[in-house]
Amino acid sequence: MKKIIMSAVIACLPFTSITYAEEPTDGGTINVVVQPEPPSLMIGMYSNGTTQQVGGNIFEGLMRYDKDLNPHPLLATSWVNSEDGKTWTFKLKEGVLWHDGKPFTSADVVFSIDKMLREVNARLRTSLAYVESITATDDYTVVFKLKEPFGPFIRLFEVGTTPMMPKHIYEGTDYKLNPANHHPIGTGPFIFKEWKKGSFIHLAKNTQYHIKGLPHIEELYWHVIPDAASRSVAFETGKIDVLPGGSVENFDVPRLSKLDNVCVTTDGWEFFSPHAWLWLNNRQGPIADKRFRQAVMYAMDREFAKSVLWNDYGKIANGPIGSKTTFFDSSIPNYEYNPEKAKALLKEMDYDGTPVRLMAMPYGETWQRWTEVVKQNLEDVGIKTKLISTDVAGWNQKISDWDYDISFTYLYQYGDPALGVSRTYLSSNIAKGSPWNNAEGYKNEQVDQWLTEAATAFPDAKRQELYSKAQHQLAEDVPVGWLMELEFPTIYNCKVQNLIDSAIGINDAFGTAWIKQ
Amino acid sequence: MSVQTLLYIGGRLVKGAVVLLVIAVFNFFLIRAAPGDPAKVLAGEAGATDEIFLQQLREQFGLDEPLYYQLWVYISNLMQFDMGITYRQQMPVFDLIMERMPATLLLTGAAFLLSLSLGVLAGVIAAANHRKMMDSIITVAALIFYATPLFWLAMMASLFFSVYLGWLPSFGMQTVGVTLTGWEKVADIGMHLILPATTLGLFFTAVYARMTRTSMIETSRLDFVKTAKAKGMKPSRVTTHHILRNALLPVVTLAGLQAGQLIGGAVLTETVFAWPGIGRLMFEALLQRDYNLLLGVFFISSAMVVLFNLITDVIYCVVDPRIELSK
Repeated sequence: MKKIIMSAVIACLPFTSITYAEEPTDGGTINVVVQPEPPSLMIGMYSNGTTQQVGGNIFEGLMRYDKDLNPHPLLATSWVNSEDGKTWTFKLKEGVLWHDGKPFTSADVVFSIDKMLREVNARLRTSLAYVESITATDDYTVVFKLKEPFGPFIRLFEVGTTPMMPKHIYEGTDYKLNPANHHPIGTGPFIFKEWKKGSFIHLAKNTQYHIKGLPHIEELYWHVIPDAASRSVAFETGKIDVLPGGSVENFDVPRLSKLDNVCVTTDGWEFFSPHAWLWLNNRQGPIADKRFRQAVMYAMDREFAKSVLWNDYGKIANGPIGSKTTFFDSSIPNYEYNPEKAKALLKEMDYDGTPVRLMAMPYGETWQRWTEVVKQNLEDVGIKTKLISTDVAGWNQKISDWDYDISFTYLYQYGDPALGVSRTYLSSNIAKGSPWNNAEGYKNEQVDQWLTEAATAFPDAKRQELYSKAQHQLAEDVPVGWLMELEFPTIYNCKVQNLIDSAIGINDAFGTAWIKQ
Repeated sequence: MSVQTLLYIGGRLVKGAVVLLVIAVFNFFLIRAAPGDPAKVLAGEAGATDEIFLQQLREQFGLDEPLYYQLWVYISNLMQFDMGITYRQQMPVFDLIMERMPATLLLTGAAFLLSLSLGVLAGVIAAANHRKMMDSIITVAALIFYATPLFWLAMMASLFFSVYLGWLPSFGMQTVGVTLTGWEKVADIGMHLILPATTLGLFFTAVYARMTRTSMIETSRLDFVKTAKAKGMKPSRVTTHHILRNALLPVVTLAGLQAGQLIGGAVLTETVFAWPGIGRLMFEALLQRDYNLLLGVFFISSAMVVLFNLITDVIYCVVDPRIELSK
């Protein structure tokens, strides 16, 4: 077990500047920023970013993933797939205890996945449609029978997607009202101590943790600091050791990175691979014309946005699948910055100058500025734009009611196109009420077919073929205006060692991190 | 206190209760007019959602009921002093507000005392030195603090005192992770309080200073002051006993207004200094469309405004015995 954990450490080595020969030392406190304050730490019900950041250190999934998205044992020690790809047999680790001292067994796994998460976890529910049955054959063996081979199955087991829930606490209760939601009980390296609302969340070392010798850290404090500039100041004064990716404004990143004894890494987002794009409402006005959408792609100076707004972190995206996600096809064409081509396309379609509404995403200063850049780019090629601003609730409402022309978003890909990409393009996913589905209203039967088949095709070579076809067609149709694969640098005090250790980064970072004394 | 005064206070309290009820109903509709609802915000932050999840949340929050029914439930609960459950934290609204109350009162109370004492003092000094150097210095300083945006002042103060000098903590209300008791704890909270209370208090200090100064200068020209001086009274006694007491009425009015806002907290200051007060709670509740929480904060703040208006009126009589309370 320890060997496998170590191999994950080695995989991250070139990026985290670990002096590897050093023996980790136990003890110490780490102060981390948590922004925004999570609604709950109940990771099974809330998949909010910060719920996962904090809760991922209290709860655990069956596996961990390295930065190449390969699974490693955690609560499961091994997993075997049958010849036809439809039966998975998982062996569980023995001797694992919940924070209240009760043993963790296969009954917890079956309860968590088949009962509780199926009912309360929107994201897992979609994937569980492919699962026919989940049975425990003995205390430490679980068998999953699938209706069809489901390629992404093996990538469903990180803590944010499928966190293990204690059956003895939740069974037979109203999950949403269970008092344990306020005092989470997991199997993870840290136990919940205190949550002073509006101030901090305190976690402490789990002395009965199932991996011998871990965690090294004694205390973990997550501080709620609502103002971005104040978060930077708190880090500068040394009161904060770790700024998770995205917790300070981008324009502060270069300054903070240059401070003495400050380390920066963009690792730990591989599983999510946040993909940013412009929502283009395919239903109405000039945007319904494919050539208009292609013109938008050529009109945007994304290199400029990347270097000015994102400090050169990230990568230009030309298609729906991120380069760190599986089944990415690098042969799709590149939409270079070419205003002339954009103007030609607009001329060809006889664009009459109908103005479009450009709605900013209210997620902080960077997005505000990015909206201004896009407005400038669009007006440079003759597309009239009108800026619309709103708050988060209003933005959610407008996108999910399709009441917009162009707006921004970024979505996680969860390691597999079937988990995080197809949802944006399948026509079966066109429904009001959610800002995270096919909100642009793109319909292409051919693409529908490829994406649907690819989810259950077997083996992977077959999936790749289908996803490649879909990527090429989508790149041609431009249902949304892809911007960038985002990278959020994690900024931290260099005394924190081995911080980012998996493809979900901060979300399960502190079990293996240690402080150099 | 006379019977008449007590009757007056009782009458005002009854009127106040009616006002509060009307405000609660008005607020109920007002926040529902904003786009989005709490379920959508929660689901939206989760990055993945479907109709089932939204429906579950709305049922849990009681948002699937018709609006008039929601209003009925809310108001009838409120009559029994039950403000409901926050959607987000799943805690009773009243408990959450009370949890934040000490921090808020400490911050706004400290700022209130600071600005009132410092402001009146500065105003008196300025007026006593009318058209002299000291007067100009105080007037200009007051003008600067009056005109400077609070958040900018707060940011600069934290950059200077926390980052550059390293004297004062830049965020929070106490040092987290150490157990302090007795005076050590008081000192720790005090250190954390200095920056936010000062930045919050400066604006009102400036207002009090300007108001006290103007009012003092006006009063000093009145006949009874001349009489007092002609009697041969000491100038310092004329200032404190004759001028100041008469000049304080407008200051009391303003202090009453500021006191009414004590509970509402201070959104900007609390945000910049990560002070766990009610202002932030309210602002976050607004963005998250946490109707119950927002209505709860509004209700308590409006109750305080009503209460402090009444207290101000009573204080008028104390400061100026010519004023009488009557219906």
